Amino acid sequence: MNQPQDNVLIDVIDVWKSFDDLHVLTGVSMQVHKGSSDVILGRSGIGKSVLLKSIVGLLVPERGSIEVMGKQVMGMKPGELNDLRKHIGYVFQYAALYDSLSVRENLEFPLRKHTDADDEEIGERVMEQLRLVGLEEVVDRMPAQLSGGMKKRIGLARAIITRPDLVLYDEPTAGLDPITAREISELILNLEEQFGITSITVTHDLECARVIANRIYILETGAFQVQGTFEELKRASDPTTKAFFQVMA
Amino acid sequence: MSESNISYRAMMMRRIRSSMEQVYAITMFGLRFFRYVLVPPYEWGQVRKHLDDLGAKSIPLLTIVGLIMGLILALQTRPTLDRFGAGGFLPAMLALTIVRELGPVITALIVAGRVSSGIGAEVGSMKVTEQIDALEVSGVDPFNYLVVTRVVACSLILPLLTAYVDFLGIFGGYLAEWISYDSSMQLYFTEVLQSLEFNDIIPGVGKTIAFGYIIGIIGAYQGFNTTRGTEGVGRAATTAVVLASLNIIFLDMIIIQLTLLLLGSGS
Ligand SMILES: Nc1ncnc2c1ncn2[C@@H]1O[C@H](COP(=O)(O)OP(=O)(O)O)[C@@H](O)[C@H]1O
Ligand SMILES: [Mg+2]
Repeated sequence: MNQPQDNVLIDVIDVWKSFDDLHVLTGVSMQVHKGSSDVILGRSGIGKSVLLKSIVGLLVPERGSIEVMGKQVMGMKPGELNDLRKHIGYVFQYAALYDSLSVRENLEFPLRKHTDADDEEIGERVMEQLRLVGLEEVVDRMPAQLSGGMKKRIGLARAIITRPDLVLYDEPTAGLDPITAREISELILNLEEQFGITSITVTHDLECARVIANRIYILETGAFQVQGTFEELKRASDPTTKAFFQVMA
Repeated sequence: MSESNISYRAMMMRRIRSSMEQVYAITMFGLRFFRYVLVPPYEWGQVRKHLDDLGAKSIPLLTIVGLIMGLILALQTRPTLDRFGAGGFLPAMLALTIVRELGPVITALIVAGRVSSGIGAEVGSMKVTEQIDALEVSGVDPFNYLVVTRVVACSLILPLLTAYVDFLGIFGGYLAEWISYDSSMQLYFTEVLQSLEFNDIIPGVGKTIAFGYIIGIIGAYQGFNTTRGTEGVGRAATTAVVLASLNIIFLDMIIIQLTLLLLGSGS
């Protein structure tokens, strides 16, 4: 309306969310533009996952507004929410692979539910997806038989198998060794360039932020205190940001 | 003194309030099942998988318990019956006790111990590892996919398992008679069949559908509301067994009263 709105994919305005007496989000706002890769940095337990879950409607904040692709998510009916989620991929913190299903079945799942592809097409898409993340050989394994890094890759593959416009990554590199973490960050970057994905990545891994971020937000006590590009924040003088960047150096 | 009384009362009030809230939450969760079960989509593949799983988990234990239940019951009651010169009633008495009461309740309690905890742990670990969130963003209603399928499977399989345990119990009774008196199988089973009426079998097996529902719903409720990581998963499993067993016994009491009221006290 007042801005070139069609360029804004996610518009979060003054969102508040608490659990009983715990006030997690107290007035969070952010705008993610089409094609951008935005990163949210913040300490553990500060509310990064709560924000991501609110964006896909898994949690419902008590105040504020969240628009995704021009549609208000808060108060959305289940049917509409479902339609919207077809355009969104979500990479969970611990991959959240279905542990009673094989890797193949895990990847088939969103295709069967969100598209009307036939069996042959589904089979091809699954293998193609596994090639993208470099894990064709594990197609018939169960999640319990995968290493942490493999799980993350499969979780990534499952999230983008429907070719979503928007992907939300929750700590894609947490708990991995630095080399694997680096590989995952680069994989994210490659996939986003290849498929024109817009994304929000939550992390406390500065290296990951450096590799993939167009814009960085720092979440602190319920709201974004600072935002900017990696280079801008690196030179910032406020104590929170400095603390973050010093840990890395 | 009055101060500690007040704080004690406040604590009790809080406890009572939170239990009431819990009961309310479980009731709503249980009612939600009926809203779902009447409308598609149905996940038959999942129901079948759970049926296989439930059968495989419960049958070994039920086989042993069923046989031993009949055996012990016969060995224990035979001397008493003999004292009144009523030894010949043993097959009838055994069949009625097992089919009306012991079979259904023991089957339900054993399946509750095995399956309610299993469901609590399975669903609970899906909850804490965000698999339930993952289902939801994939466009699958987790209640329909995880809860309804398990409850339906429990309700379908419990009558079958009960019939199986009833049969084994009665057969166990025969084994006892055969060991002690070398009695004839044909005679024993003729008397069993003569003593059983429609009015004994239908309520006995029928109520196990409700027991199955309790086992499934309570396990799933505990799993669905698991918090605090893996520790929470263990708690969900144990709480599920305790609550399911208690509810089965309460419901059984109510059903016994109702059947007596509706069908008379029987023979
Ligand atoms: N469903 C929930 N119920 C109650 N408290 C929650 C829930 N989800 C998150 N929290 C709390 O909100 C805070 C922020 O959590 P989270 O967003 O997961 O942190 P992080 O920034 O590490 O992702 C934590 O204190 C957490 O305990
Ligand atoms: Mg988190």
